[in-house]
Amino acid sequence: MSRVRADEEEYWHSSKFRAFTFDDEDDELSQLKESKRAVNSLRDIVDDDDDDLERVSWSGEPVGSISWSIKETASGSTSSLDGRDSSLQKGSSSYAALPKQASSYSLSSLFKGRNKLPSFQSLSDALTDTGVKSYAPELRRPKAEYKDYSSDWSPKDTVRRMQRGKVCSLERFRSLQDKLVLLDEAVAGHDGNVITAVLIFLKRTLRREILFRELEVRQVALCHLIHFLREMGEQKFLLDLLRFLDRTEEVALSQYREHLNIQDVEKRREFLKGCIGLPFSAEDTSHIQDHYTLLERQIIIEANDRHLETAGQSELFRKYPRKASILNMPLVTTLFYSCFYHYTEAEGMFSSPTNLKKTFKIPDKQYVLTALAARAKLRAWGDVDALLTTKNWLGYTKKKAPIGFHRVVEILQRNNAPVQVLQEYVRLVEDVETRLNLATKYKCHDVVIEVDCCLVKRWVTGLLFLSSFSVLCPVPLLSCAWWGLFIPVAWENL
Amino acid sequence: MSGRSRKYKIIFSPQKFYACEMVLEEEGVFGDVTCDEWSFYLLPLDEDIISMELPEFFRDYFLEGDHRWINPVARALQLLNSLYGPFGKTYGIGRCAKMSYELWRDLEEESESEGQGRKPEIGHVFLMDRDTDYVTALCSQVVYEGLVDDTFRIKCGSVDFGPDVTSSDKSIKVLLNSQDKVFSQIRNEHFSSVFGFLSQKSRNLQAQYDRRRGMDIKQMKDFVSQELKGLKQEHRLLSLHIGACESIMKKKTKQDFQETIKAEHALLEGFDIRESTSFIEEHIDRQVSPIESLRLMCLLSITENGLVPKDYRSLKTQYLQSYGPEHLLTFHNLKRIGLLTEQSAGETLTAVESKVSKLVTDRAAGKITDAFNSLARKSNFRAISKKLGLIPRLDGEYDLKMPRDMAYVFGGAYVPLSCKIIEQVLERRGWQGLEEVVRLLNGNEFCVSDSTVEDNPACESQRVVLAVFLGGCTFSEIAALRFLGKERGTRGLGRVGSRRERGVPALQPG
Repeated sequence: MSRVRADEEEYWHSSKFRAFTFDDEDDELSQLKESKRAVNSLRDIVDDDDDDLERVSWSGEPVGSISWSIKETASGSTSSLDGRDSSLQKGSSSYAALPKQASSYSLSSLFKGRNKLPSFQSLSDALTDTGVKSYAPELRRPKAEYKDYSSDWSPKDTVRRMQRGKVCSLERFRSLQDKLVLLDEAVAGHDGNVITAVLIFLKRTLRREILFRELEVRQVALCHLIHFLREMGEQKFLLDLLRFLDRTEEVALSQYREHLNIQDVEKRREFLKGCIGLPFSAEDTSHIQDHYTLLERQIIIEANDRHLETAGQSELFRKYPRKASILNMPLVTTLFYSCFYHYTEAEGMFSSPTNLKKTFKIPDKQYVLTALAARAKLRAWGDVDALLTTKNWLGYTKKKAPIGFHRVVEILQRNNAPVQVLQEYVRLVEDVETRLNLATKYKCHDVVIEVDCCLVKRWVTGLLFLSSFSVLCPVPLLSCAWWGLFIPVAWENL
Repeated sequence: MSGRSRKYKIIFSPQKFYACEMVLEEEGVFGDVTCDEWSFYLLPLDEDIISMELPEFFRDYFLEGDHRWINPVARALQLLNSLYGPFGKTYGIGRCAKMSYELWRDLEEESESEGQGRKPEIGHVFLMDRDTDYVTALCSQVVYEGLVDDTFRIKCGSVDFGPDVTSSDKSIKVLLNSQDKVFSQIRNEHFSSVFGFLSQKSRNLQAQYDRRRGMDIKQMKDFVSQELKGLKQEHRLLSLHIGACESIMKKKTKQDFQETIKAEHALLEGFDIRESTSFIEEHIDRQVSPIESLRLMCLLSITENGLVPKDYRSLKTQYLQSYGPEHLLTFHNLKRIGLLTEQSAGETLTAVESKVSKLVTDRAAGKITDAFNSLARKSNFRAISKKLGLIPRLDGEYDLKMPRDMAYVFGGAYVPLSCKIIEQVLERRGWQGLEEVVRLLNGNEFCVSDSTVEDNPACESQRVVLAVFLGGCTFSEIAALRFLGKERGTRGLGRVGSRRERGVPALQPG
């Protein structure tokens, strides 16, 4: 009981209406209690139709007869007090908590004063117009889950209630000022769900430009709105917002993102073409351009190859049927594909690797690596060799690998290259230790011997020749260059 | 179908969002369904891990800046509070931690605190934002549980082992927690110790089985009724874990794990940066794995305060070429979060930018390249690392079997920053002496004591620590915290703010 009273106090003090003064506060409060009792007593008179709880009297009609007003207020107060939940019937015990007095008050006493007290908007607007004093404050309904009775919650309280999951009507916040206060309260409350709810309301009730303008300086709220728009797929609104904020790059990216939703390749290609003119940064523009060009090429290659495949005349396609289409694959994968199926084609052809290299400015390193992998898969060791051989201007050939020979060996080994081939390249690994490891791993004994000899040569000075005595394998020692003195050496590492 | 009336009920978990109701309303079905909310906040995964199972948390908060999950976190805290009584001391660092704490306090004040009368059982609570320490989340894991997660993906405390692990032709789903006797002993161990342990156990098991040779009938009967079941169980678990180890080994060797670790350690310690960069470049060229490549790039970016613009451009181009042009969007996302940035030569701020940046901490203001992305922060990893001694000095071999500090979870190379912070704050019972570190971590630290709770060090509850990672935590961190707990005699009740994240969750383009 006292809690109710305390709530009343709090309620009054927090009300946003300034139309009254607190001067005759006590008077007002006692009047209030009178009114409450009066209302309660009225309920006996009035046929309170509790079923029809959806009614909230916002009529704003001028009051007709007193009896109408009583009915209005009684039902209005009922609906305000009961809220929109029939389950609140149970809560009517709070009514019972108030002493029910015999109605010693005349009806007219209910209607004195003019706006002295903050009006309950849940009660009829008409009341305020006719100068009828408003009625008993609604009692806090205990445990009214999920439902709310509309009343004058301040922005802070509204936010609070929304954080607890209650349904609050935000319609009441009509002035821009109120809306912004509400929004700021929501942001201060840290609950993103509430912030988004308030933003939904603002989006519905404010003109875009005004909303944008206000959000420009409210960072957190802005993030929430953008996220909300993205989730809801409201692309147009989002783009307008981003344009307003001058976040041109994000405009471009948001539009570009849409391409992921387009399944049809032709349409996607068209769409990408349209993306090229968007306000990306300079380097991103070139990426988009590449994306478009790549897809364009892939479409051509795919169409061509499918034709070849079905025609059944290409041996390569017969022997290695394609597992997937090349459409929408990354560039490197496309290059691999091209090196696999179209290696020997002239540069003029779209499907030739050299064409791809030129068009997309693929660095040498990447090119060699990919081509190597493709040719190794086809066991075309000659091609592998050619890739790694360069001729200098004097006509001397030299083996060179922009990626490191240990990588070459690894790729070859993965494709089950024969030992002789492997050996060739293990020999060329720059780092001695790695060379030894790889040679041992892949059983390139010649190389092991060579390496060991190199190592030994470093240790033993003055001895010109030394042969290795590899216990592990019966490699013909004749192949060993260092044939001479036989000094058995323990090779723990082998 | 027709002529039947159906009732539709939608149950939202853990929370119903107003946006959802809006959608229902817009689609005109609001009146046709009843909505309900199932406030399921905490899922105990093990005796010392509770998870909120919110994989969206990281992306929604850190990337999109949406605070929608702060309420569930606050409610979860409230739930724990009501179950275990008031918390002794609450520490925190990070914006999200601060907001969650504040919201929780608000909720507590409003509601009738049911936890008031309860005896306090949790002495310390530590709330930490994931972005306080991205580095740890980006490092390769080498403790067993971490590797199992990397290879097979542990979801909700259980994992699917395929035929190659079970050595049969069916897959099996295994619950991985402390109930698994074998697992509980190896989960926190460095991988190198695991083999030894498993082989030892296998030998023991074999010996146990062999015992039955010399048994008589009675002994055999006892054996079968009492021990056999346990042995069989152990055998099953052992073979599973050995199979898992083999799979892990195979996968890691294929991906040049050794070299990756070497590159990571170099980045953590801050030398051979160019070599590491080349390694990453090659990693991308070889199309090893899109996530691994990104992870390494992000680690490079965070430890070096952004990539050199030349490197950024070239690595980005190569990445797009190797893994697909749509990852342009991925790069943009990573830039927004601050995981993969370019070193900027001091951007000039426009008037609007500076106005907006006032809303963000002033420290970050200078680093906002895009005016309205207030979530990007400057990383000061090297300075923090030096201050806190995150790279242990190596005098001799680092013993991984009997480790002396938390660095063992990363092979002795690095003490997880997040765990180190927790250790220091708990030791000092506050942030005194850590001001410099806090500044480097971009502030937002707090430390609150509950005056109603006695600050008695002898009290049992003082030994219980609840660590909350907002945005997820890795198994390596959990292992490190367990180690810390053992060292300090505290019981950790590590709690994951959301499911464990692997550090590059913003990977989906767009």
